[in-house]
Amino acid sequence: MSEHEYVPKSKAGKWFNDRLPLLSLASHLTDYPTPKNLNYWWTFGGILTFCLLTQIITGIVLAMHYVAHADLAFASVEHIMRDVNYGWLIRYIHSNGASMFFLAVYIHIFRSLFYGSYKSPREIIWIIGLMIYLLMMAAAFMGYVLPWGQMSFWGATVITNLFSAIPLVGDSITTWLWGAYSVDNPTLTRFFSLHYLIPFLILGLVVLHIWALHIPGNNNPVGIDIKKPSKDTVPFHPYITIKDAFALLLFMIIFAGFVFFAPNVLGHSDNYIQANPMVTPAHIVPEWYLLPFYAILRSVPDKLGGVILMFSAIFILFVLPWLDTSKVRSAVFRPIYRQFFWILVVDVLVLGYVGAMPAEGIYLVLARVGTIYYFLHFIVILPVVGYFEKTEPVPLSISEPVLTGSADYSMAKKDNEKI
Amino acid sequence: MKKFKLLLTIILTLSIFNNLKSAEQIDPIKVDWSFKGLLGKFDRSSLQRGYQVYNEVCASCHSMQYLSYRNLGEPGGPEFSEEEVKAIAAGFEVIDGPDAQGEMFTRPGRPSDKFVSPYPNVNAATAANGGAYPPDMSVLVKARKGGANYIYSVLVGYEDPPEGVVLDEGVYYNKYMIGNKIKMPNNLSDGLVEYADGTEATIDQMAKDVTTFLSWAAEPELETRHKTGVKVILYLILLTILVFLSMKKIWSRVNPEI
Amino acid sequence: MDKSEKKITTRRDFLFTTSYTVGAVGLGAVIWPLVDQMNPDKAQKALATTEVDISQIEPGKSITVLWRGKPVFLKRRTQEEILEARSVSLDELPHPEKDEERVKSGKDEWLVMLGVCTHLGCVPLSNKGDYKGWFCPCHGSHYDLSGRIRKGPAPKNMEIPKYEFVNANTIKIG
Repeated sequence: MSEHEYVPKSKAGKWFNDRLPLLSLASHLTDYPTPKNLNYWWTFGGILTFCLLTQIITGIVLAMHYVAHADLAFASVEHIMRDVNYGWLIRYIHSNGASMFFLAVYIHIFRSLFYGSYKSPREIIWIIGLMIYLLMMAAAFMGYVLPWGQMSFWGATVITNLFSAIPLVGDSITTWLWGAYSVDNPTLTRFFSLHYLIPFLILGLVVLHIWALHIPGNNNPVGIDIKKPSKDTVPFHPYITIKDAFALLLFMIIFAGFVFFAPNVLGHSDNYIQANPMVTPAHIVPEWYLLPFYAILRSVPDKLGGVILMFSAIFILFVLPWLDTSKVRSAVFRPIYRQFFWILVVDVLVLGYVGAMPAEGIYLVLARVGTIYYFLHFIVILPVVGYFEKTEPVPLSISEPVLTGSADYSMAKKDNEKI
Repeated sequence: MKKFKLLLTIILTLSIFNNLKSAEQIDPIKVDWSFKGLLGKFDRSSLQRGYQVYNEVCASCHSMQYLSYRNLGEPGGPEFSEEEVKAIAAGFEVIDGPDAQGEMFTRPGRPSDKFVSPYPNVNAATAANGGAYPPDMSVLVKARKGGANYIYSVLVGYEDPPEGVVLDEGVYYNKYMIGNKIKMPNNLSDGLVEYADGTEATIDQMAKDVTTFLSWAAEPELETRHKTGVKVILYLILLTILVFLSMKKIWSRVNPEI
Repeated sequence: MDKSEKKITTRRDFLFTTSYTVGAVGLGAVIWPLVDQMNPDKAQKALATTEVDISQIEPGKSITVLWRGKPVFLKRRTQEEILEARSVSLDELPHPEKDEERVKSGKDEWLVMLGVCTHLGCVPLSNKGDYKGWFCPCHGSHYDLSGRIRKGPAPKNMEIPKYEFVNANTIKIG
C-alpha cells in the first residue's frame, strides 16, 4: 500500500503497528504524494466527505426524535422543530445538507468529465463513484418521504409507480415495494429503515473509492501521468489538507447561508401540508437535484420507454470510460471536446429547468431536444471526437513546459484558472 | 468564450429558481415585514394583537394543533408574561383522562396543553364547513408559496367577482387566492376586535397582525435562527481568513504563486 | 538576517496556533447542540406538575400516581403507623431522617414520596417487608412506614418530591 516502509518511533507504537498497521495507514495518508497543480475543483472530494459525515451525524440525531409512523411522522417533525433542543438547527442542516451534498457531487462529477478522470487507469474509481451517486439518489428520495408531507407522499407514489412500467411483474413489484395497496404506513417504515442503512453503504463505498484512488494516484488538471513522489507532487498533509480546509470553509459559508437565512428555499411549500391520499398537489416536482432525470422521464410519451430512458441516462455513465476514445485525458488539450463539454453542462441545466416546468408546449420540445442531445453526447460525440480531434501538445511533466508546439504549460495553467 | 458560457450557465441556473412559481395568478402584495431580512425580528405587540385576532376570529374554524399555550410566553414569540399565559390557557376547556373510573373529563387548560382544536377531527371540520377543510394553521405560512405575503394578500383580497364569473353558494371571489375561488368568507371588518393596546382595528391592521402571528407560529425559531446565523457566518469568515493565510504560508514553500 | 528569519517563524507559528485555536472553538460550539438535543425537550420540561385528588383515600390505604414518568406513592397513614414510624431512634437508621422532616406539618398522615428504590430504581411493593412499609423485590431492600431504608442494599430513604396541598382534597406534585 505504502511507497515506503513506515516504522513507528515508539516501542508501543511499533508493537501496535505490527499487529494492526493503523499507524502505517495514517502515515500513508499524510505523506500520500499528490500532484501539486490540483486546482480548487479538486477540493470537492474533501467537501463531499464532510457532507456525508454531516448527514450521518445529523441523521442519527434526528432518528432519536423522529417517529416513523404515518399518523405521527408529520407531528414528530414539528416536535423536532419546536420542542427538541436545537432540533430546528439539526433538521435544517440535514434537509439543506442533502442539497449541498448533491451540489458538491455534481461539481465533482463534471470535474471528472472535464479532466478525463474517469479514463484508464481510473475506471473503477469512476464506477464506484457512480454507485455512490445512485445510492445518494435512493437515500435522498427515501429521506424526502419521511416528513410525510404532501410532496413526500406523492413523490413516493410517482417514483414507486415507475416500477409498474415493467412488463408482467410490474404491478406485483410495486405492491411489494409498498407493502400495501398504495403508499402507506408500511412503505414509510421500510423507507425509514433503508434511509438509515444507505449512508453506511455509501461510507463503505467511499473507503473503496479512496482506496482505488490511491493506487494510480490523483489525476490532475494537465491530465498526464506523473511520477510519485517527485518534484511534481506534494505530501497530502499539510498542502492538500489546508487547501481542502479553505475550500470547505467557503462551502460552509454558503451552506450556513441556506440553513440560517433561507432554510426552505430549496424545499417545496406543499411538504408542510400533511400527506393526504385523497388530494394530489397541483404541481408535483422532485427535489431540484433530480430534475434533469425527471425531464428525461417526461420527454417520452410511453410509460415504459420513459422509465427505460431515465435509467439509461444514469447507466450510460457506467460505460463512459469505454465510450471516450481519446488518448488525452484533460479537456485543456482537447479543443473540440472542450466545446462539447460546455454544451453538455448547458444541456443538463436546461433539462433541469424544464423538469421543473409543466410538461407541455415549449417545455416538452426543449425536454425532448435536451434528452436527445444528452444521449447523443455520450453515444456519438464522445467516441467520434476522440478519433478525429487534433489535440494540443501535452507537457511531459507538470513543472516542465512541452517540448514542441505552441501550447506551453503556462497557457495550460491559464486555461485551468479560467474554468 | 468560457466566461460567457459560465455566465450563461449561472443565469440559467438562477432562472430555474426564479421560474419555479407559476405564472398564471397575480403576485401577492409585498409587505415590508419586520421579520424579513438577515436580522429580522417579530414585532411583539403585533404578535400579541395577532394572537387576539386568531383567537377571536380564526380559531372558531382553524386549528393550530402543533402549538402549546406555553409557546405564547417563550422568547422570540408574543412573549406574554407567565401569568398571562396561565390565564389564556385556563380560559380553555381541555379534555383529559381517563380518570380512575375510566371516564374522560374536562378541566381548565394549562400552559403545557396544545391549542384546543375547534373540531374533534378533520372529517368533522370538513362537514361543518361546507365540504372545505379549514387547514390547520400551525405551519400554514410555510405551506403556502409566497408565505406571509400570500396569507396577508388573501385576507385583504376579497372582491366582487368580475363579470362572467359565476360563484356557487358558499364560494367567494378572492383576487389572490389560487384559482380565485375561496370557501372562506371575508371574516374581517373594521373594528371587529377591540385591541387592548388601543391600536385601531382596521382590516389591514388585523390582517397584518394575524399574518405576523401565523409567521411566528410557523417559524418560532426565526429570531434565534437569525441571531445564531449572523454569529456562525462571522465566525466562518474569520476562520476562512485565518486558514487562507495559513494556506498561503504553507504553499509558499513549494509554489509562491498560489 | 537571523533576526528576520526568527521573526517569520514566530509569525507563522502564531498564525497556525490561532487557526487551530479558532477552529477548535468552533468544533466545541458544534458539539454542544448535538449533546443538548438529548436533554429533556421543552414539552417534557413543561409537564412538570401533576394534581391528585386525595378525597377518596381511606386511612391506611395508599394510591400510586405517575409524575414525570415515575410512580409517586401517596399513603394516608393511621395514627398507629405514624406513632410506630416516630418511635424509631435515629441511630438505627442507615440514612437518619426524622419522620417529621418527611411530611408536611399538620398533614402528618400524608406520606408523599417517589416510589423508586434508591438502590437501582425498581418500584418497591407496599405493605411488605420486615418493617411493614415497603419491600423492593429486585434486591431486597426494606423500607419502614416513613419510607426510610432499614435493611438491604439501598443507600438512602425514598425521595420526597416537591409537593403542596392546593386545598384539603388536592395535592399538586412538582
